[in-house]
Amino acid sequence: MEEAGQYPYPAVACIDALKIVQHHRGWVSDDSVKDIAQLLEISNEDVDGVATFYSRIYRKPVGRNVILICDSISCMIMGYESMYEYISLKLGIHFGETTNDGRFTLLPNSCLGDCDHAPAMMVNNDHYNKLTFEKIDELLSNYK
Amino acid sequence: MSLEIMIVKIRIDGKYYETKLGKNLLEACLELGLNIPHFCYHPALGSVGACRLCAVKRFKDADDKKGHIIMSCMEPVTEGMIISIEDADASAIRAAVIEGVMTNHPHDCPVCDEGGECHLQDMTVMAGHNYRRFDFKKRTYKDQDLGSFINHEMNRCIQCYRCMRFYRDYVGGKDLNAFAAHNYVYFGRHENGALESEFSGNLVEVCPTGVFTDKTLKKHFTRKWDLSNAPSVCVHCSVGCNTIVSERYDSLRRIMSRYNGAVNGYFICDRGRFGYEFVNDEKRIRNPKIRINKNEKQEEVSENNLILTSLTESFSKDKKIIGIGSPRASLESNYSLLSLVGQENFYHGISKREYNLTKTALDFLRSSSVKTPSLKQIEKADVVFILGEDITNTAPMTALAVRQAVRNKPKAAATEKGIPLWNEYPIRNYTQDSKSPVFIATAIKDRLDDIAEKTFRGSNADIAGLGIAVGSLLNDEASTLKLSSNDQQELAEKIALSLKNAKHPLIITGVNCGDEEILHAALNISIALRKNNPEAMLSIALPECNSMGLAMLPGKPLDEAISIASNEIIDTLVILENDLYRRTTKESVDVLFEKSKQVIVLDHLINKTSQDVDIVIPVSTFAESEGTLINNEGRAQRYYKAINNKDEVKESWRWIGDLIKLRNNDQSIPWNNFDELVSSLVNELPAFSKLKEYMPDADFRMYNAKIPRQSLRYSGRTAMNANIAVSEQKVAEDNDSPLAFSMEGQGEQPPSSLVPFYWTPGWNSVQASNNYLDELNGSLKGGDPGIRLVESNGENKSSYFKIDSHTVDLQKNELLIVPAYSIFGSEELSSAGEAIKQRIPEPFVYLCEKDADIFEFKDNDMITIEIAKSKIELKVIIENSLKQGVAVVSVNLPGMPFIDLPASGIFSKM
Ligand code: SF4
Ligand code: SF4
Ligand code: FES
Ligand code: FES
Repeated sequence: MEEAGQYPYPAVACIDALKIVQHHRGWVSDDSVKDIAQLLEISNEDVDGVATFYSRIYRKPVGRNVILICDSISCMIMGYESMYEYISLKLGIHFGETTNDGRFTLLPNSCLGDCDHAPAMMVNNDHYNKLTFEKIDELLSNYK
Repeated sequence: MSLEIMIVKIRIDGKYYETKLGKNLLEACLELGLNIPHFCYHPALGSVGACRLCAVKRFKDADDKKGHIIMSCMEPVTEGMIISIEDADASAIRAAVIEGVMTNHPHDCPVCDEGGECHLQDMTVMAGHNYRRFDFKKRTYKDQDLGSFINHEMNRCIQCYRCMRFYRDYVGGKDLNAFAAHNYVYFGRHENGALESEFSGNLVEVCPTGVFTDKTLKKHFTRKWDLSNAPSVCVHCSVGCNTIVSERYDSLRRIMSRYNGAVNGYFICDRGRFGYEFVNDEKRIRNPKIRINKNEKQEEVSENNLILTSLTESFSKDKKIIGIGSPRASLESNYSLLSLVGQENFYHGISKREYNLTKTALDFLRSSSVKTPSLKQIEKADVVFILGEDITNTAPMTALAVRQAVRNKPKAAATEKGIPLWNEYPIRNYTQDSKSPVFIATAIKDRLDDIAEKTFRGSNADIAGLGIAVGSLLNDEASTLKLSSNDQQELAEKIALSLKNAKHPLIITGVNCGDEEILHAALNISIALRKNNPEAMLSIALPECNSMGLAMLPGKPLDEAISIASNEIIDTLVILENDLYRRTTKESVDVLFEKSKQVIVLDHLINKTSQDVDIVIPVSTFAESEGTLINNEGRAQRYYKAINNKDEVKESWRWIGDLIKLRNNDQSIPWNNFDELVSSLVNELPAFSKLKEYMPDADFRMYNAKIPRQSLRYSGRTAMNANIAVSEQKVAEDNDSPLAFSMEGQGEQPPSSLVPFYWTPGWNSVQASNNYLDELNGSLKGGDPGIRLVESNGENKSSYFKIDSHTVDLQKNELLIVPAYSIFGSEELSSAGEAIKQRIPEPFVYLCEKDADIFEFKDNDMITIEIAKSKIELKVIIENSLKQGVAVVSVNLPGMPFIDLPASGIFSKM
């Protein structure tokens, strides 16, 4: 966590610090927010303001794999809703929820920049497009 | 930019108006009395163009029929500009903006504390959005517990960001922030807990909705229109901020800031806003009490006359009567006591140290040509040097003014780039972290450190030494003094150079730090600066709301009364609104009480002093009386009663008038009302002669009527006393002021000193205050109230103080101790209220780690310190900004004994 030294203002390292914590812990707890604040000599509120602004910094525990479905305009037109319902039914969770076995968390995401191949989604850092039910079945089976 | 004021002509909806170049269009229109709805613009916070509510139409020229929409808050006024507020497109946009924010706003006005004085309500009506079309779910939030001052109800938020711009940008607060994004933006803290800023209460007025509301008001909630109000002045420190105090059913319901362009502007501090609860406290003395002999308990008497008859004997001419005045009582009450006992028997009820330092300050301000600035002028300073005084805790609004002063250098730079001063974010962007230099020399880390260019930590002698060095560098006559440490010498040179190059240099110090050397060093710097710069300023924080007024009256320090008591018998001792146990040691008070045959206290709260005397006379607080307070710059300001006196409570000066009648053994009371009292004061003491001209007398009338304290919608007049009599009761009379306990007589705006509340058509919220100003951020119409009685005299003939620095030889286990003041706790009256009580720290001592190690103290240990024979117990807090050998001890906290600091003290474990 000593990235802070690279910047003239330690506060600038806030996003990096959050990413590092999330990388190791999976999410950022209240205590981690306080630790980062102390390290960077800024207020808890400063850190939490950044943390809560970014949808991919998780302030609550998430499952081992995070599914991010694009709910923006092109995907909406191209059938995002049925994809969402399919995944939701398949895994038994709604947006913001995690499966009981801790395998998946389901979240909405805004445009993934892949509109011409909509509907699109991500699982962790992997990108998928032109989604169909079959494709979803197949790809989800790769995440344990 | 030239300072010349350029008048420009603009055309608004077909009519021509004049305004000044440099303003934005919204500002100009509001000043012209033209209503443009707006949310994010606030005169003190500038424009950011975020809410889009202030849309108007602008036309290129007379031929342009189509025009284009602009945000009036972001548009500089220019000669000949043509705009329309009433334009249909512009109106439609404004209504649409309201409809937009309303999609998430709960329709809970009837249960919202903001209702009736809500900026959002006003804007909704003004913008003409009437019917809701949105029938989806609204987003809802969890609220936070923000401590005893402020209630939080996030669902009402309209995301205008004013709170951020006030709390973070204006005040420098760190513990409130905007969280999350888009539809879920949340304004709050990281977790539950009291807001740290000393100015958090202003959120109540700054937030245009009911997100942040006054939690103390909630305990006895009353709508604005049902409050009976009076213009008042804060009694909790020497700054003298102007306030509006509000009553319902004989209790004080809340305090709001009252605009004064020269003093507090739009804001007040939290001690001033939430410190009022003592007025309603159960410890209030409501009836006289008598104790027949010293060993008995005081008994309540419910008849005024009984008390007075029983006193006939004690006040006969041949009796020796001594009077002890108070820096927290009004000028008039102190003066009346002075008249009762005569100058030779009048004592200022303050310690010798405080007496001498305050006198030094007053004499200097009177005799020197150095300017003492108003808060407004403090905001204009471009270099500030603070010596020894923790102004955030002793004169809070001065600290807020200094926080604005640091923006002067960057603002000037931005102006050169052509960015108008109201254009908030470009200025912040352009100037980034650059600040006007502030130098802070204190014993311990300071709340203002975050804006300081350099801080200096040391003992009082070190601070004075630094000040002397700076002074000698600026003074061409004196030989320059070199500090032994190179770092310190360098710092002194840097400060001296900055001050020398400044246009408006400001030196701040205070009496609370208790150190004569520091005070003298600060005064010397100001004298030296003044020689070459007539704009040099000096501000001295004094201990209490009327310290200055008391100092201007003749009288001797309390200690002399005590020495008299040890030699001769006093027949009657009269103590005015003063708890002597806060002024001197218990032993001294005991001597005084033992040697006095009879002790009479006039006060409003039960305290150590009033508990233990022969006669207690119940007197009014500031909320139930008229009076004048003189602030630390020598500005006399009058406050008026909001509550009519009940029970046996009367103003101190009225009671004392009765006593004077007894003393003179005749039928005439020296004054029948407040005006007669002021005349008597002015006739006797020429220093106050300006007082008479400044305020309208009680017989002042507008359209043959007094000025109503209540709004036109005040409800329940005919019913509120039905439990006493079913027919409507006559309204209480007020012969002491031009204000009436009534809603009748609403005419034009009253004179600026007599405005009981802000309301203009269309503006029910505090925003109405804009319509009482000549210019936004400027003066009130007819001039800001208050009159300076202490003015620098133009000529620069003050001579430098000779400073004899004396070093103290410390014994084993001994450390130097300087006082630490707490905004919540160190002031007597505010500390009696529930909301403030929750913020009062336990008595504490700060020590650096090295000293703590020597004594083997750890954080939170309870230890004993012996200072001049008295022992106190305190909690240790380790704080490494302190220099070794110096400890900082809390003072004046409830339950703490009097300690005369600075001093040295012997430390030991408990
Ligand atoms: S809390 Fe109030 S001031 Fe802050 S953004 Fe919301 S409405 Fe505006
Ligand atoms: S700064 Fe002083 S006078 Fe002003 S509100 Fe605060 S306590 Fe009252
Ligand atoms: S809208 Fe889904 S990828 Fe752009
Ligand atoms: S007041 Fe102009 S955009 Fe908000």
